[in-house]
Amino acid sequence: MTATASTPTTAKPVATGRSLLATAWMRIRRSRIAMASLAVVVGMVLFAILAPVLVAIEGQDPNTTNTTPEVLDNFYTPGLPLPQYMYPSAEHWLGVEPGLGRDLFARLAYGARVSLVIALLATLVSVVLGTILGAAAGYFGGKVDMVISRIMDLFLAFPHLLLVLSIAPILQSRLAGTALGSGSFVPIASLVIVLGFFGWAYLARVVRGQVLTIRQQEFIDAAQSYGTSHRSMIFKQVIPNVTGVVLVYATMMIPTNITAEAALSFLGVGVKDPTPSWGQMLNAAQAGNWYLSDPWFLAVPSIALIITVLAFNLLGDALRDALDPKSSR
Amino acid sequence: MNTPLLEVSELRKHFPIKGAFGRTVGAVKAVDSVSFTLQRGTTLGLVGESGCGKSTTGKVLMRLLDPTSGSIKLDGEEISTFKGKELNAFRRRVQMVFQNPASSLNPRASIGAAIAAPLIEQGIKPPGGVKAKVRDLMDRVGLRPEHANRFPHEFSGGQRQRIGIARALALDPDVVICDEPVSALDVSVQAQVVNLLKDIQRDTGISYIFIAHDLAVVKHMADEVAVMYLGKIMEQGSNEQIFADPQHPYTRALLSAVPSVELDAALTERIRLGGDLPSPSNPPSGCVFRTRCPAYALLPETDRARCADQVPTGEVACHFPSAPLAAVAAHR
Repeated sequence: MTATASTPTTAKPVATGRSLLATAWMRIRRSRIAMASLAVVVGMVLFAILAPVLVAIEGQDPNTTNTTPEVLDNFYTPGLPLPQYMYPSAEHWLGVEPGLGRDLFARLAYGARVSLVIALLATLVSVVLGTILGAAAGYFGGKVDMVISRIMDLFLAFPHLLLVLSIAPILQSRLAGTALGSGSFVPIASLVIVLGFFGWAYLARVVRGQVLTIRQQEFIDAAQSYGTSHRSMIFKQVIPNVTGVVLVYATMMIPTNITAEAALSFLGVGVKDPTPSWGQMLNAAQAGNWYLSDPWFLAVPSIALIITVLAFNLLGDALRDALDPKSSR
Repeated sequence: MNTPLLEVSELRKHFPIKGAFGRTVGAVKAVDSVSFTLQRGTTLGLVGESGCGKSTTGKVLMRLLDPTSGSIKLDGEEISTFKGKELNAFRRRVQMVFQNPASSLNPRASIGAAIAAPLIEQGIKPPGGVKAKVRDLMDRVGLRPEHANRFPHEFSGGQRQRIGIARALALDPDVVICDEPVSALDVSVQAQVVNLLKDIQRDTGISYIFIAHDLAVVKHMADEVAVMYLGKIMEQGSNEQIFADPQHPYTRALLSAVPSVELDAALTERIRLGGDLPSPSNPPSGCVFRTRCPAYALLPETDRARCADQVPTGEVACHFPSAPLAAVAAHR
């Protein structure tokens, strides 16, 4: 019989030969909210990956402008109805932008790529740094812990906004003249650097705390007793035991980074026109006060943002429940 | 007799007590001048109540903790100063079975991986491969080899302790330190695990340091017994000597507390020790046991002064072994 029999729950015995992660997956499959949010997340990722295909099917392009004097005139004359093609149609699935008249669906799809790439890369950077440094701090303790913890404090206390404001021009001037200097690389890279390198400290704190308790367990003594190297101690004994926490934390960090990208781009310090991102679209909507006369323009990126962030957050909650050993579902 | 397999002398482990600003303001004398020897193929039982330093002794022998002073000789070779590669090589010869079957196995590693880990970390390639060796070990400890892919939480406490034993045997060590290997198990399972350890000893000639607080288990397992109290060994001798004719008042008190039908009628009168274990950071002077000694109360003033001034030494660390014990503490 399995060990779960001793817990005072109605838990069914854990199936044999399954790791804890496999058990968690079984629990997630049983939760409707978890499966729905997972579907939305997967759908959104596919939407971003397949953006060129979808936009080609639509027959549009994210950067083609449809500027005609009537369009511009209409917006400078409040109260007049918008031209028909501003709204969703068979030709423009989500209508077009006011002003430049670019296809909204195309910009949303390509914007999803940029927003998700920034959020995922920044999360990846934070997770790798946070897990390894947090585990090292908790495992070694003493001076190593003190140095890493002080670095964490430094990063947590650093004014992120100032950095993101300054790092883009620095990168821009460093890369000027090279292939990377032009296009959207610099704004995307600076957002990844800033969000990634400033997100790790939170995770590192959580991981360090977990590792401090893991370190007290006898299997660490046992591993030491057969001469395990520090390296495999951290990577084989300690880190596998924090994967649950890290996974939950990463799933929660992705929506935070999506919103942060949107917020920074909205403020004009992130992704800039013509590169589309959801934050840049929000910025465009408010920049010309378009949202007053054309709320649809503001609604499209906002709804995409809300759905994605909500789905990631719900998935994170579900993962936390599923990985909780005390949970009986 | 030839060189003992393991020879420990004057072993001390003191944990510093840090005051404000990291100054050392004292020391917890967890292990204080412990000496014993272990012959090849035999078992030394280390008994004592909680907090007497028996587990710390085990961890120092395993070199999980560094000794404060003293010497540990394995086959005549001083190992207490080993570092790096030497220490790693030493680890092949001494292994440990841990107390808590719930926490001594990595919950994220399959048990096959757990048993193979010592071989992999030590870079040992057994003839026939690691997998075959793991199957042999699992078979040896009474586990079904086809369960190698399962995870620790799918096993019972007794089975997990068998996994721990298999892991300790993976490196074919000379000595296995068993740190309360059965104290977390049901009595019926305790017997199985203890018998498994004895079977392995009979087959391979392995030696054990068997740390326990359960005297009945130690009586069953050990050839030699050392009784510890407050970091010191109170009495040591052969199994028969300790259990049939205990000299030290502490041993006599411990033995009288064992609920058993086998003990002599004279000992069925229970001796209750009063008070609590003194703090190991500030142990009593002279004989550390005198504050709770059932014989001390009956001693004349001059003898008491000797207990307070002089540290008793020898096989029986008592100035007045076999002195009458206080009747006040008697209890039926």
